[in-house]
Amino acid sequence: MIIDHPLLGPRDSAEFTYMGDARLIDRPNPNDTDAAATFFDYAYLRDNPAGWHRELWFHEAGDRSWLVVTRNTLTHEISKVELARDVARAQGRSK
Amino acid sequence: MHDLTPTPALGAATQTIGTVTIAENTGVALASVAARNGGTEACAKVLKDVLGAVPDVGRTVLHDPEAGFWMGPDQWMIGAPMNTHEDIADQLKAKLGNAASVTEQSGAWVVFDVIGERMPDMCEILCNIPIRKMVAGDVRRTMIHQLGCFVIRRAADDHIRILGPRASAQSLHHALITAATSVA
Amino acid sequence: MTQKNRIEGGQIDRDANLKFTFDGQTYHGHAGDTLASALLANGVRLMGRSFKYHRPRGPLTAGSEEPNALVQLRSGARQEPNTRATTAELFDGLTATSQNRLGSLSFDLLAINDRVSNFLTAGFYYKTFMWPKAFWEKVYEPIIRRAAGLGSLSFQDDPDAYDKGFLHCDLLIIGAGPAGLMAALTAARSGADVILADEDFRMGGRLNSETFGIGDDAGADWAAQTVAELTAMPNVRLMARTTIIGAFDHGTYGAVERVSDHIATPMDGKPRQILWRIYTQKTVLAAGAIERPIAFNNNDRPGIMTASALRSYANRFGVAVGHRTGIFTNNDDGHRTAADLYAKGVKVTVIDPRPDAPRSMDYEVLAGAQVTDTMGRLGLTFVQVRLSDGTDRTIECKALGVSGGWNPNVHMTCHQQGRPAWNDALAAFVPDALPVGMIVAGAAKGDLSTAGALVGGATAARAALDLKGRMPKLPQAEDAPVTVTPFWYVEGASRAWLDQQNDVTVKDVKLSHQEGFKSVEHLKRYTTLGMATDQGKTANMGGLAIMAELAGKTIPEVGTTMFRPPYTPVAIGALGGRHRGQDFHPKRLTPTHAWAEEQGAVFVEVGNWMRAQWFPHAGETTWRESVDREVLATRGSVGVCDVTTLGKVDVQGADAAAFLNMIYCNGFAKLPVGKVRYGLMLREDGIAMDDGTAARMAEDHFVVTTTTANALPVYRHMEFVSQCLVPDMDVQLISTTEAWAQYAVAGPNARRVLEKIVDQDISNDAFPFMACGDVTVCGGLRARLFRISFSGELAYELAVPTAYGDALIRRIMEAGAEFDITPYGTEALGVMRMEKGHAAGNELNGTTTAANLGMGRMVSTKKDSIGAVLSRREGLNQSDDLRAVGIKPVDPADKVPAGAHLMAAEGPVDAAHDQGYVTSACYSPNLGHHIALAYLKDGSNRIGETMRLVSPLTGVDVAVEICSAHFIDPEGERLRA
Repeated sequence: MIIDHPLLGPRDSAEFTYMGDARLIDRPNPNDTDAAATFFDYAYLRDNPAGWHRELWFHEAGDRSWLVVTRNTLTHEISKVELARDVARAQGRSK
Repeated sequence: MHDLTPTPALGAATQTIGTVTIAENTGVALASVAARNGGTEACAKVLKDVLGAVPDVGRTVLHDPEAGFWMGPDQWMIGAPMNTHEDIADQLKAKLGNAASVTEQSGAWVVFDVIGERMPDMCEILCNIPIRKMVAGDVRRTMIHQLGCFVIRRAADDHIRILGPRASAQSLHHALITAATSVA
Repeated sequence: MTQKNRIEGGQIDRDANLKFTFDGQTYHGHAGDTLASALLANGVRLMGRSFKYHRPRGPLTAGSEEPNALVQLRSGARQEPNTRATTAELFDGLTATSQNRLGSLSFDLLAINDRVSNFLTAGFYYKTFMWPKAFWEKVYEPIIRRAAGLGSLSFQDDPDAYDKGFLHCDLLIIGAGPAGLMAALTAARSGADVILADEDFRMGGRLNSETFGIGDDAGADWAAQTVAELTAMPNVRLMARTTIIGAFDHGTYGAVERVSDHIATPMDGKPRQILWRIYTQKTVLAAGAIERPIAFNNNDRPGIMTASALRSYANRFGVAVGHRTGIFTNNDDGHRTAADLYAKGVKVTVIDPRPDAPRSMDYEVLAGAQVTDTMGRLGLTFVQVRLSDGTDRTIECKALGVSGGWNPNVHMTCHQQGRPAWNDALAAFVPDALPVGMIVAGAAKGDLSTAGALVGGATAARAALDLKGRMPKLPQAEDAPVTVTPFWYVEGASRAWLDQQNDVTVKDVKLSHQEGFKSVEHLKRYTTLGMATDQGKTANMGGLAIMAELAGKTIPEVGTTMFRPPYTPVAIGALGGRHRGQDFHPKRLTPTHAWAEEQGAVFVEVGNWMRAQWFPHAGETTWRESVDREVLATRGSVGVCDVTTLGKVDVQGADAAAFLNMIYCNGFAKLPVGKVRYGLMLREDGIAMDDGTAARMAEDHFVVTTTTANALPVYRHMEFVSQCLVPDMDVQLISTTEAWAQYAVAGPNARRVLEKIVDQDISNDAFPFMACGDVTVCGGLRARLFRISFSGELAYELAVPTAYGDALIRRIMEAGAEFDITPYGTEALGVMRMEKGHAAGNELNGTTTAANLGMGRMVSTKKDSIGAVLSRREGLNQSDDLRAVGIKPVDPADKVPAGAHLMAAEGPVDAAHDQGYVTSACYSPNLGHHIALAYLKDGSNRIGETMRLVSPLTGVDVAVEICSAHFIDPEGERLRA
């Protein structure tokens, strides 16, 4: 597969390390009263969709950016590639 | 003044195979620079002072005595001649202050210069970079023989500089020689 | 032997005479021949025995779709089984042998299988060898394996090298026939970067096998001129002898280039083949079409082949397979073969089942006739024909060309889940859904005429590159319409071969249907139709047609099986490339490697690192002697060990401390500058991930170490936390593992040695336990010093820039000479850490928590850190959880091996009563007996208990005593000395 890196352009997926569901960015708040439950969900329960999926890829053999790749798991079509840091900020993970 | 003698990463003699010459370059001092939060502008100013320009994404600024290339977002590798700039990390840190984090990298890399007419053919069986579409100053991080390397397309059309992990200098050199023989 | 079947013409170099052998017999051929064409020229039709029935077989085709003519090429270590004689390029000295025979090729003892063929029908193995079960492995399988199968392996290392490479282009063109050449010409003239690949050694595709012209030139000449023009263009890469093996995601294609297969041995240092990965923006698939046979009784005799193959052998290779030849065709293209052969002086009879078959003034045409059977034990001698009036006639011939129409070569269009569509006019499947970026042109698309191919090629290239302007004027070419009447098998045919490679007959397909294997995928598995090296390229359509007929469906309703890469078989060597033997993976050498070699060190691979395992002295006969000596010398005076391989990550930034607080379960915010702290890293599920130290070099600068094995994943994890979880923390990370040479100097005399090296005061007051800082050595070289101890002794780790690593180790040895400083390797390191009770990879094994390690209280509750929340889960905090303990044998002579399990002293020994297990074990030279680290249920409350240590698998059953894991210096007085 070819991942269109937002900074570097098209790169072979072999340069990346795959981690899975981009929901891993949404780490729960440990101070919430139901933290035990939300962390359990966060650590263990992932969707495994046949179709569009937002996933984390690490450009390990490249610029070491974590990327959020929106990919169709059935066709391997990739519709969007974002820097994970930007996504994390947009999702309110700034301190 | 200390009395320890440095050893080259490999100490390999320069070899020419067919049209391609492979030479270990032991004269490069290296330091990485990463801009800190809020330090981007100050860092860019220093880099511009040192290199003449801030290396853009995927690009090298080929400049003397310091040269530099882009490694990642807000991160660059700066190189200079070892005999005058062994303390390049300290020099840069003095200029950058809290605008950037500086890390000495001289010991981490082995540097090879690969020059010759069939260099592009050799590249094609070494690593996944579009060598024929690269222009002077382009830099790519890539895998050569499973080793993470930087490949810099230097000013001459037939010249690349490869920075590879120092501990694997021998394996990397072997891969270069093998590839050069294969396309010779 | 003379080349008795060689005729005039063709694209062979008659001046280049090549000598070769087949089954020991010497023959001659010419440059430009394939092994098959040269053998046919010499009158050899019999080239192999069939897979199951050992029937005599010759080539069916003249290309890579060949099912029959599989031979072993070369000899010795280069012997290669199952190569297609129809594509093997002839070279001087080529040796080939036939395969799958017992005895000689013409008298194969296993041909008896053909007589008992009634038993060897579809599903034979499934039905026959079911019982008794144990017989399968011991009796049936070895016999079947010997009888069936194809060629044999040399069982020697392949002496040749293979490369892998990467190419990038704007347009990849697959196939260099008229469509591919025209596409390449159109694209290349526009300036685009073009790769044109063809599996053949001569580009031109069918143009090389046809007599008609293009413009004013012969087709083959036009192809040669076009190739010459393309060769001269710098933006075109012509790749002959290169098979595109698969269409992968997003414009990535695999290709195998046979660099040296056409010469006896590769030139020195040159690869035999290159496996290319080609990245392209757009692709034109111009892979042509494959002629399909018709099934009739005994249609597999040597001499029977596709009509187009006969035409190729005559026109391209100058070979008339038989001077009397029959053509059995249901379409006009078959008549073209008849005309071409007639023009070459061959006596031809055409058998065409169509009543309205075109007539000829030159040769006999039997319209409305069918071939019902053939004769000839080792090669065709007669065909039996049923004429339109129902009478039978026997025709003498040495060759029979069969044409059932053409199948567009849709293979590559289906590699991305695409399925072809049925085209009634062609009675064939044509491309439908295509991989992204692919355009199909020429016969592969169903445009079977040469003019159609030229137009299609030019149009495809223009569309692919979005070229504007007028379509260039194309040369005149043959533009015959396709006239085909579907005709798959002759009525009443039974022992009529559909798949010659797997010996699948019409009868087998019928049987399969009768037994309920009605899905096309089931049919394939049950009968093996379409399997093996040719993947049914000539066989599948016939099988599908019969399936459709039996099921009362149309062929498209039956559907096709999946087409999967590779298009043709790929040698394992090509997939492995250079990564074999010593080059399987790169080596990482430590800065002391050259010095350690001089000391005669024994090395061990740790990941890619080569680490000194121990340093044997003269007279030491076992590794234990060396290791015991190294341990005792270190604890007795001083030792030195290269610990460069530990992962090192430079962590800088205003939030560096806060960041470490996040990744380590214990606190780092209050660690003073100039101090080191042990850190335990958890995964988010609360399980230990890695451990190491973090040294605070400055307020905003830490040097973090990881274990050798986890250097990469921990760095990746740190980047994940930084970029994805705390994106605005001011922290910059970079690996410095190889930037610094780092040595542990350990033992009571460690300080005395280092005082001679380090320029600063390192007394216990100035540089106490867990101190760290920037220092200089040997008169001013920048260095880092850490007072940390893995061994439990007074110890330091000293780091200098890697280039000085070799000089420093020699200097340390000099400085330590007066204290008999002893270099120690990873084994002594391991012994000492076990004696001290320090955890390592065996203890951090992916299942253990901080509590298991006895570090439960380290997990700070005052701050958030990765893994903290889930480490507090009830299930990970039970009263009888495993705890790290030490183990010593009750009888000091006993061993306490790793992997053994702890059981109560009395009671059953089984999994239900398992109390824990040993993770690490060694002989302690300081204690004089074996020791071990273990996890034991509620271990911290069971110190002093006697238990049984068992390993039923290895026969271990030892009485042991549970003790503290800190075997040496439990109070830590030594390391603070």
